[in-house]
Amino acid sequence: MALPNPSTPAVSFQNAVALSGRFPLLAGVDLEVAPGEAVLIEGPNGAGKTSLLRVCAGLVSLASGQVSVFGLDPAHQRNQVRRRIGMLSHASHLYDDLTVRENVRFGVRAAGAALDRVGPACDRLGLVGRLLRTPASKLSAGQRRRVALAILAARWPDLWLLDEPHAGLDASTRQTLDELVGEARASGVTVLLASHESEVVESLATRAVTVIGGRVTAERVLLGPQTRSGVGPSPLATPMLPTGVPGSLGVPATPVASGSSAASSAPKESAVHVA
Amino acid sequence: MWRDTVLVAGKDLRIEARSRVGMSQVAPFGVVALVLFAFALGPDRTTMAKGAPGLFWVAVLFCTVLAVQRSVSVESVDGARDGLRLSGLDPAGLFLGKAAAVAAQLVVLEVVLGVGVVLLFGAKVTVPWLIVVSSVLGTIGLAATGTLYGALSAGLRVRETLLPFLFLPIAAPVLLAGTRVWQAALVGGTPSDGSQWLRLLLVFDAIYVALGVVVYGPIQESA
Repeated sequence: MALPNPSTPAVSFQNAVALSGRFPLLAGVDLEVAPGEAVLIEGPNGAGKTSLLRVCAGLVSLASGQVSVFGLDPAHQRNQVRRRIGMLSHASHLYDDLTVRENVRFGVRAAGAALDRVGPACDRLGLVGRLLRTPASKLSAGQRRRVALAILAARWPDLWLLDEPHAGLDASTRQTLDELVGEARASGVTVLLASHESEVVESLATRAVTVIGGRVTAERVLLGPQTRSGVGPSPLATPMLPTGVPGSLGVPATPVASGSSAASSAPKESAVHVA
Repeated sequence: MWRDTVLVAGKDLRIEARSRVGMSQVAPFGVVALVLFAFALGPDRTTMAKGAPGLFWVAVLFCTVLAVQRSVSVESVDGARDGLRLSGLDPAGLFLGKAAAVAAQLVVLEVVLGVGVVLLFGAKVTVPWLIVVSSVLGTIGLAATGTLYGALSAGLRVRETLLPFLFLPIAAPVLLAGTRVWQAALVGGTPSDGSQWLRLLLVFDAIYVALGVVVYGPIQESA
């Protein structure tokens, strides 16, 4: 994993407009995300949250304005950007005829990442034993999402784009996801979370940005990443930090609260309206 | 690029080995087509032997359409195509990998259909190397064009009907050249009769492989 240059914003939108035909997906977004920051993008259905993430990934091109990811243009330097991002979206991007293990290995190898983290990532997500040899066609929606999450965890890219990350996950896997996001942040990874259920994911972020009608209409400062309340410690909880980065074995990490007590109260926040 | 080529080809072939669509559906389809051609031509073995080269390549063309549609459809489920795009694979490697997987399946199909032509039509091979070389070149050309036009139709709801419409006219030079070379190899021609058509196949392959390497990425992004 290449650590981001702290002087360059991880993500920068400047008056970004994206269209689908004549329908505006983004209608002039201005947003800057610092390296290592975790930002929640909230808003109702159809507000442009997913489009914002897809623009970051180079899956949607801008009609006007500018966007950069780690100083790179996702529309023209697609592969360089995509090697540094991981996206957990509504689709799991799995091949039905391949087994869980094969899907994870292919996803990791295709992204040019090393295979040595595949085993720990699968273990962490509960993808063990016979499940590893099960074709993806036999998996439930939640299990498919766990596989997609395992690929993300095994790759450990510099920017995580999480679209409705908790959708379809059981309580245990939600807990694991929250821990992974916390560990990712501790290792310097930038995280963008899009969700219309902000109360569920805002404990993972330091800032919330409200998107309505393809525009950023408000932002709030959040308390910061905490483990969600009401969920016990995960039996799968084994640190996933890559070696040699803060938080890995022998390297101090930014502590991430675990357990339920620290998170039992709602995160304090201050509202800052920007538009 | 070559690493990505091997990775993608391996993935597609593994999926094919699991699903067995090629051997359980496409190959039988090709054999059934040959049998129907035999029925249509009647019992005269001489007529059937003369028509065998063309019928072989027509059957290969139809099977290519099915193999390419299958190659496209595996990327259409659960956003797999977006997954490939997001992984940062080299588009040229992606094109070559998918084309190589289609080509590998076509080679197997051509062996099956070749045996069918010999058995059903009573064809006798007089210049074997022409058969081998033309089949290899024809396979490369069909796999390259099929993969390219498969990507063009990938994002469309009408891709099943659009792909044959786009692909078959473009693949006509392979049908023509392949048939001529096979006529030289089966019906008592000389190697020199077939060599000029081999050159046509070679040029066709070079054009479409180069085109695919260059434009597959932009097509994939816009599909």
